[in-house]
Amino acid sequence: MARIELQNITKAYGSVEVMRDIDLTIEDGEFLVLVGPSGCGKSTLLRMIAGLEPITGGEFLINGERMNEVPPRDRDMAMVFQSYALYPHMDVARNMGFSLEIRKSGSEERDRKVGEAAKTLGLTALTKRLPKALSGGQRQRVAMGRAIVRDPSAFLFDEPLSNLDAALRVEMRLEIARMHQRLAATMIYVTHDQVEALTLADRIVVLNAGKIQQVGTPLDLYESPANKFVAQFIGSPTMNILSVEQNSNGIQLKDGTVLQMAGTPDKDSVSELGVRPEHLNIVSPEKAHLSGVAELVEHLGSDTNIHAKVPGVGQVLVRQHGHYPLKAGEPVDIALDLDKTHLFDQKGRRLAA
Amino acid sequence: MRNFGKQSTVAVAGKYLALGFYVAFALFPLYWLAKIAVTPDKLIFTDGTALVPSSFTFENFRTVLLHTDFLAYFRNSLVVSLGTAAITTCIAAAAGYAFSRFDFRGKRLIIAAMLITQMFPLLMIIAPIYKIVAAVGLLNSLTSLIIVYTAFNIPFATFLMQSFFDGIPKDLEEAGMIDGCTRFQALRKIILPLTLPGLAATLGFIFTAAWSELLFALMLINSNDTMTFPVGLLTFVSKFSVDWGQMMAAGVLALVPSCLFFIFIQRYLVQGLTSGAVKG
Repeated sequence: MARIELQNITKAYGSVEVMRDIDLTIEDGEFLVLVGPSGCGKSTLLRMIAGLEPITGGEFLINGERMNEVPPRDRDMAMVFQSYALYPHMDVARNMGFSLEIRKSGSEERDRKVGEAAKTLGLTALTKRLPKALSGGQRQRVAMGRAIVRDPSAFLFDEPLSNLDAALRVEMRLEIARMHQRLAATMIYVTHDQVEALTLADRIVVLNAGKIQQVGTPLDLYESPANKFVAQFIGSPTMNILSVEQNSNGIQLKDGTVLQMAGTPDKDSVSELGVRPEHLNIVSPEKAHLSGVAELVEHLGSDTNIHAKVPGVGQVLVRQHGHYPLKAGEPVDIALDLDKTHLFDQKGRRLAA
Repeated sequence: MRNFGKQSTVAVAGKYLALGFYVAFALFPLYWLAKIAVTPDKLIFTDGTALVPSSFTFENFRTVLLHTDFLAYFRNSLVVSLGTAAITTCIAAAAGYAFSRFDFRGKRLIIAAMLITQMFPLLMIIAPIYKIVAAVGLLNSLTSLIIVYTAFNIPFATFLMQSFFDGIPKDLEEAGMIDGCTRFQALRKIILPLTLPGLAATLGFIFTAAWSELLFALMLINSNDTMTFPVGLLTFVSKFSVDWGQMMAAGVLALVPSCLFFIFIQRYLVQGLTSGAVKG
């Protein structure tokens, strides 16, 4: 049980401030994902929560109690490291039971808890092995087992799946989702992979350059991104961003096409228009907003990605559901789903429609 | 295929030939040491450079062990070498850990200072060291040798230990601290067992260095009671003759502890203990 609050948290190395104004509340039992590009500060934030990195300024509270100076061992949090950080000289069972060993719990209780965790994770046959005799996926499971055995008030995950191959990553992602359902514990999960973020999170925090860009449910971020950074970071393939300007007729693209949009903002600050590839359609020429040539067509089976070059506008990516019979070099006519476009001002902030 | 096999046989033979040549080159002086030690005194000069002596004797060993102060020298050397190795390794391990894990004011300065101490030829500081040791009244004591050897060996041993600590991922002790350890507990229960090969290597290195040190032992020790083995060897050189057979026998005996020591620690040296800690 843990409600974690970050109030005005800052982090500086010497005189270099790397994070500022971090305000965040993580509700008890919530699955929160911190996501952002490399170097955005997400791992540093997690390490500050774990107590491995000193907090420069602000208040860090667990269940309303200030914990800034409390050492990691007294924060009652378990952490799964990207490198797994298994103790190489201890076998699987001792690795998993080490926290109980340190806390001097009885060996009977320890064996029982380790046994239970090993069973849920399918590690029962491996408990006597050393980490070096395990595969990557098994090591990952042991690292998770080590966290589960402790029954902590919160779980911290630092890019736990990034060293696994694609198939195993999907499997372990499901395992973590199940673990959250079963334990209903507070979990904070760091990743740079937006698919992991979207599939696992109750709420996502998007970070960039040490600042929170937006906090919201996966759907919030997808449907109403706060700014261009979030819009482009969430969603795959990436959102198309087209330069536009506003005039008396409406929103005008660089090739002169005017889009008639309902409820366009009356300010003339509109600078760019964002539209996701899945909100573009290939249509007959008379219904089209944009006309160009298909440069590259990717057939993914479930979808077809069409990279089109539109004169005067630039590159546009269109995603059609299913197999779309189109070859590179053929002309394409594209219509925008005007209800699902986003307008951004010069600073990249989204303008509410 | 057969052609390839032939070629590789030649390559293997060549490799072993080269290795054999190298080993023979490196071990020949030791062989000569052992050969003279078992050659009867009266044959040493008449046998000349014959590779195998015309008769064997263990008389030299018996004389060295029973009729000289060799055992006392040996014991003194053992005390000095073990003392130096133990103290140096403890200090170097602590310092190496600090250099590897912490950032503190003056760290670079201390590292630079330690490097600078390694640049001087020892001959330069013999006189000042002698004066200091004399002033504190430690001449002719094994303690003075332990202190001096420890001081000389700490910089190198520290860098050696630091590189071993650097090889152990920081994640491991952080995981330990999250699991409920204090930093010291994490060091003792997680890092220390993984550093055993490093400790063994450092111990072995310092032990050998102290075991064979002559210069300072010669300067700081005059009394027969506190002579270490390398100084004691010189007592076989008298004004009118050199007792080659006994000297070589003593030399062979002096090799024994070094050999035992390395046999004892070599399993730690070759153990790849950290594998499997992190990915890969």
